[in-house]
Amino acid sequence: MFSLESFMDLPLIWYGLISTAIFLYVLLDGFDLGVGILFPFAPSESCRNRMMNSIAPFWDGNETWLVLGGGGLFAAFPLAYAILMPALYLPVVFMLIGLIFRGVAFEFRFKAIGKSRKFWDYSFHFGSLVATFMQGMVLGAFVQGIKIQGRSFGGGAFDWLNAYSVMVGMALVFGYALLGATWVIMKTDGITQDWARKCAGYVLGYVGLFLGIVSISMPMMNTDVKALWFSLPNFFYLLPIPLSTVVMFVMLWRGLIKGKEYLPFFLSIGVFLTGYVGLGISLWPWLVPFEVSFRQAAAAPESQSLLLIGTVILLPLILGYVAYCYYVFRGKTSDETLY
Amino acid sequence: MIEKFDPVLLARVQFAFTVSFHIIFPAFTIGLASWLAVLEWRWLTTGKTVYEEIYRMWVKIFAVTFGMGVVSGVVMSFQFGMNWSVFSDRTGNVLGPLLGYEVLTAFFLEASFLGVMLFGWNRVSPKMHFAATIIVALGTLISAFWILSANSWMQTPRGYLIGVDGLLYPTDWMKVIFNPSFPYRFFHMVTASYLTTAFVVGGVGAYYLYRNQHVKHARVMLGMAMIMAIFVAPTQAVLGDLHGLNTLKHQPAKVAAMEGIWDTQKGAPLKLFGWPDQEEEKTNYAIEIPKLSSLILTHNLNGEVKGLKEWAKDKRPPVAWVFWSFRLMVGIGVLMIFTGVTAAILFLRKQLFAKRWFQLWCVAMTPSGFISVLAGWFVTEIGRQPYIVYGVMRTVETVSPVMGSQIAMSLLAFIFSYFFIFGAGSYYILRLIGKGPDIQEQEYGTHGVKKPPLLTDLTSETGGKHV
Repeated sequence: MFSLESFMDLPLIWYGLISTAIFLYVLLDGFDLGVGILFPFAPSESCRNRMMNSIAPFWDGNETWLVLGGGGLFAAFPLAYAILMPALYLPVVFMLIGLIFRGVAFEFRFKAIGKSRKFWDYSFHFGSLVATFMQGMVLGAFVQGIKIQGRSFGGGAFDWLNAYSVMVGMALVFGYALLGATWVIMKTDGITQDWARKCAGYVLGYVGLFLGIVSISMPMMNTDVKALWFSLPNFFYLLPIPLSTVVMFVMLWRGLIKGKEYLPFFLSIGVFLTGYVGLGISLWPWLVPFEVSFRQAAAAPESQSLLLIGTVILLPLILGYVAYCYYVFRGKTSDETLY
Repeated sequence: MIEKFDPVLLARVQFAFTVSFHIIFPAFTIGLASWLAVLEWRWLTTGKTVYEEIYRMWVKIFAVTFGMGVVSGVVMSFQFGMNWSVFSDRTGNVLGPLLGYEVLTAFFLEASFLGVMLFGWNRVSPKMHFAATIIVALGTLISAFWILSANSWMQTPRGYLIGVDGLLYPTDWMKVIFNPSFPYRFFHMVTASYLTTAFVVGGVGAYYLYRNQHVKHARVMLGMAMIMAIFVAPTQAVLGDLHGLNTLKHQPAKVAAMEGIWDTQKGAPLKLFGWPDQEEEKTNYAIEIPKLSSLILTHNLNGEVKGLKEWAKDKRPPVAWVFWSFRLMVGIGVLMIFTGVTAAILFLRKQLFAKRWFQLWCVAMTPSGFISVLAGWFVTEIGRQPYIVYGVMRTVETVSPVMGSQIAMSLLAFIFSYFFIFGAGSYYILRLIGKGPDIQEQEYGTHGVKKPPLLTDLTSETGGKHV
């Protein structure tokens, strides 16, 4: 049996890879879920068609990152997968059902006529909304810590449900709405773009508010997190993270006012990235906060090695052809049926 | 009171429901993707627009089916941990990488190039579009490879050892991936998918012929489907037999349940029908053909077949389920072969597209593949019980520490959503079929396209003289 254990830190590499996969999921499905959240508020039917067309070729690939997150967690950190799934059972179920109703809407909507099309519009909207809100609740429950017993989840069925997780759920709805709005700015023009720019302005304010609340509450809820961020010299090392968030936030605001088309989307990604990195630092090294570290949850080195070899070869290839697909569908989207 | 829900039973029902629902879609899309690739190849090489029109019609059906397959598949990647967390923890070292490879080698490929295949018509060259179709088709097969390897490992686990901590550790990846039942299960399932698709396509073609619509396209559909029925249906019987012999070698209790045989005997009869009684340990009202079971299983009239009594009561699968599912699967397989033979005879008499009773028969056979695939999976999965990993881990030991009420609630939510979605999806697919292929409008006078025939001539194949 081969194993790369002796010359590389496999659990750390996998921790990095899974974190990256989850982040890519948040970004990529984030913007198309965000489009779904904003969907019914668009000014006209042809705007909605354009919005839908702008993500129709991608949503399926975007959601695959979630499968990689789930499957990758099972493969690289089976213990974490085995604890987190029962712990977050109900929000995960609701998220999945939300994803089902929005996912099929892509196909069904174009085939439906009259009233039933309206139904799939709402299926797309509420599905996206529920899936996003539940992902936020999962995150909210996750950062508050998971109870365990032996090698299993040891808490109750509704541990995940409290005011804090509801707040994080709402925060993520606004966060994805920002990604969605800036995506629509980039991919459309005319009234759709004007409307999306207005939306982006509104949700940006809320995103700032929630970012502030989460950033303050995290250290207040957990003394370790507080010690990490506010002890010297850590404070100065970590300062660039919140600072760059603020800088990008302001640039994003100005970009929207100046009518930039591409910049807002990429700055939204930047804001998400710094938020994600900040969260990662706070939760280091826990994979099941604050009970199981990524080292404790790691699969056997042989298992991590086997999948790592494939990942090193395949991941660049995947990123390459995903980029190719985005390139094929570059530019502004029309409102005509695509096929 | 609410705590009285049995979590193990509910977890079983939920997993069975979500996975059974899911397999319907891949069973269809694996075959459909390959067929679409063949259609596009025919179109590109012959230049006949009939292939393009059929492609464009079926790619829409493919999109709807694939969409439902994706959303029900995302659910599956969480179902292991949600319902069988102890199983996930203990087998993660072995099964995790296989599922990881499925995502990396297949899911991204399918999902990314599906976009090009559906929406890329005017954005990429015809060759690139064809490449996208082939890549999607390959993706479905690669996906089948990994997931069937993982499933087969649960049937015939190899290449692992059990650590002191009770977790399973891989010792030989080749033995894990290419475990003894995997090649049989893989070819049996891929062939089943091809047949499922063939009978759907054939049914639709026959329906058009029966109604005298889209005749040119219908002939291609029914013709291509019947080529599959003639050659692939009998091949599937051979593959199924080999798969059965492999099961006999590695999981004899499953075979005993399939046959409804309780006492080990030489020259065992084949029970065509009967009613297995798990408590009484016998199969009632059996209609038997002497010695046939021994002949099929051992290829010897007096070969010995082990009966279920060889295993303790708590190590036997639920016999009636396995017994009946097996008969359903084989029964449909026989009907498929019969359809192929009939098609061959009609073809030789030059009546393949003419006989109305045969068209009706093919319409009736449209859903046969789906039923057969589900029945086959019931045989192999229920037949594996009471183990989740055969001979290693019992299903009841591996359930998640989740309250029964939670599972019941989510099960209801899944049932409601799935039936709703499935109903809507079927409705849209039926409407696409009702609408049929779009006939392309071509400018005549260019590229040798002749002036269109008069409307009244459109349905006749020979056509009249056009001025």
